[in-house]
Amino acid sequence: MADEALFLLLHNEMVSGVYKSAEQGEVENGRCITKLENMGFRVGQGLIERFTKDTARFKDELDIMKFICKDFWTTVFKKQIDNLRTNHQGIYVLQDNKFRLLTQMSAGKQYLEHASKYLAFTCGLIRGGLSNLGIKSIVTAEVSSMPALTSMSDHTLKKEKLDK
Amino acid sequence: MSRPAHRRPEYRKINKDLFVLTYGALVAQLCKDYEKDEDVNNYLDKMGYGIGTRLVEDFLARSCVRRCHSYSEITDIIAQVAFKTYLGITPSVTCNNPSRTAFSLILDKNPLVEFVEELPAGRSSLCYCNLLCGIIRGALEMVHLAADVTFLQDKLKGDSVTEIGITFLKKLDEKKYRRKK
Repeated sequence: MADEALFLLLHNEMVSGVYKSAEQGEVENGRCITKLENMGFRVGQGLIERFTKDTARFKDELDIMKFICKDFWTTVFKKQIDNLRTNHQGIYVLQDNKFRLLTQMSAGKQYLEHASKYLAFTCGLIRGGLSNLGIKSIVTAEVSSMPALTSMSDHTLKKEKLDK
Repeated sequence: MSRPAHRRPEYRKINKDLFVLTYGALVAQLCKDYEKDEDVNNYLDKMGYGIGTRLVEDFLARSCVRRCHSYSEITDIIAQVAFKTYLGITPSVTCNNPSRTAFSLILDKNPLVEFVEELPAGRSSLCYCNLLCGIIRGALEMVHLAADVTFLQDKLKGDSVTEIGITFLKKLDEKKYRRKK
């Protein structure tokens, strides 16, 4: 029954901790983002395994993305993705207009430059989830106005389907 | 902020898993970054302190606990209300000294170690759940109570139970005296 407050606070501490230890050494911004993303990747892999234990097999990639947008996002962030777009050639754009990890930060343009630090973990989460469902992808995220998040998942790399 | 009144039970479990898995990934990353166990333990404690200072506000807003008049009442609240709210467990409380300033929380079940089989090789003095100590310390400090919080026993290190020791440092009388002024 770990409340979401606990996860939010842990996430914020993780981000500030990673950046604080970066100040002491000479590590660039990119490495911190990578660290956070890798942590999210591990968590995403584990989470999707536990989640899809009892669900039916997915018919295709779009089905998987819909699952991520509805059930997965609802469980992790208490709401569904507001908008899913695709070009049917492996690129999916997910839009969340009130991203849970950013709502407490600002409601406009304030702190926009720091938003990317708080998105890295979530990108890793999505990438890890997709990876364990058999899809290799690159996930990027951008924020044009807090707290709306647009994340793009690119599956056009080598696609490895699980052997059925 | 209204919360949905009903949630399918498996969603709650997955939510808990999110926190537990994130914590595990964090500890794994720290073990990679720091060679010494004490460094990892200190880092977790500091992180927990930061979380505790903020979590206590959320806790006080959420639960309508009355003013406490003794350390044992405070420890009971931590065990029965706070732990139940955030981790879903209720540790038992024992008193460690006759002046009633040192207590122990005994946890039979610790959700944070649900996916941990054993400590990694060469990390025998790692306090995996040191975050909890930091959280309790930070929360108590925000209500003006200095305390020392450490792990006295740890199931992951081979003990039979996990025991967190809380030792209150400043006397409660001082606080009352300050208030009278």
